[in-house]
Amino acid sequence: MSEVSAGAPAVWRHAEFRRGAREMTGIALGISAWGVVAGVAMANSSLGTAWAVVMSLVVFSGTGQIASLPLINSGAPLWVVWATVVCVNLRFVIFSLQWRPYWVHLPLRWRLGAAYFCADLNYVTFVRRFPEPRPAPEQWPYFWGGMIVNWGAWQVSSLLGIALAHHLPMQWGLSFAGTTALLALTYTLVSDRATWIAAAVAACAAVAAYALPLRLNILVAIAAAVAVGVVIDHAKPKAAPKAA
Amino acid sequence: MTGWELLTAIVGMSAITLITRGFFFLQRAQLPVPGWLLEGLRYAPLAAMVAVVAPEVVMTQGQLIGTWKDPRLFGAAAATGWFFWRRDMFGTIVVGTTVLLALRLGLGW
Repeated sequence: MSEVSAGAPAVWRHAEFRRGAREMTGIALGISAWGVVAGVAMANSSLGTAWAVVMSLVVFSGTGQIASLPLINSGAPLWVVWATVVCVNLRFVIFSLQWRPYWVHLPLRWRLGAAYFCADLNYVTFVRRFPEPRPAPEQWPYFWGGMIVNWGAWQVSSLLGIALAHHLPMQWGLSFAGTTALLALTYTLVSDRATWIAAAVAACAAVAAYALPLRLNILVAIAAAVAVGVVIDHAKPKAAPKAA
Repeated sequence: MTGWELLTAIVGMSAITLITRGFFFLQRAQLPVPGWLLEGLRYAPLAAMVAVVAPEVVMTQGQLIGTWKDPRLFGAAAATGWFFWRRDMFGTIVVGTTVLLALRLGLGW
């Protein structure tokens, strides 16, 4: 694996590493508000402080962690906990389809690293930065720049939440700060009529399907938005038609 | 749960996250996925974000809110206005959260 030893130091010095880190900083700041809330929830569950720290450091999946807590509290069987985490993580399976053209040629060790760290925000910022699904040398440094900021902000805030669990007033205010961060991130993704319509459809679908268990409404919203997007893309005549 | 059970649960959750996140790029086999679907997936990140944000703003305990006097609506509107005015992430968070706090603490909504 000479590529790894040769590639690793270059990653830190690459201009795209700094760009990835910079583009993640504002979002990570907002999302760290959710990290604190997640930390508080873990520390207040039957995990207790020590296991909450272990879960925070090992799992790195905010939705999976939060979803597992009521089950662990009630002493549910392990397979129920795991099945729940599979369901709330199903969106990552869709995302991984889009990650594929960028990563699939890399050595397995690198791909395992990417798979562990490619959380929602890395995915959103990465696809925004590299909309063309073609591999390029600057993608790997960009990914790691964003990853380190996102992972660091999440871990610091989550551990802070665990430490301050019993001394934090107004957690609803914190959680709304996380919501506004995602709202701003969402707005950076809408650019034309098609994306506005897809966003409106996703919002309606997510609210209408909210009663589904295990946050499956997120999958419903993705499916609805992609379906509407495909219809819009194929309804308008394209200047340069691609293979359909 | 005992310590060992918790450790097993946590390691399993971590493995599940790894496998779901890398599902289609940890394996190299050719995929039977049609091109139009791959293109349509460009709407997926936007949809995923909206699907998380929308219920957080307009729903309470699984129900659509039935009043306009909800501070989250005004917080989100203020955040939206600020974003399209300044295009600035940090300001958006501060403005949205400040409006929410002001309405909830000031007016008791």
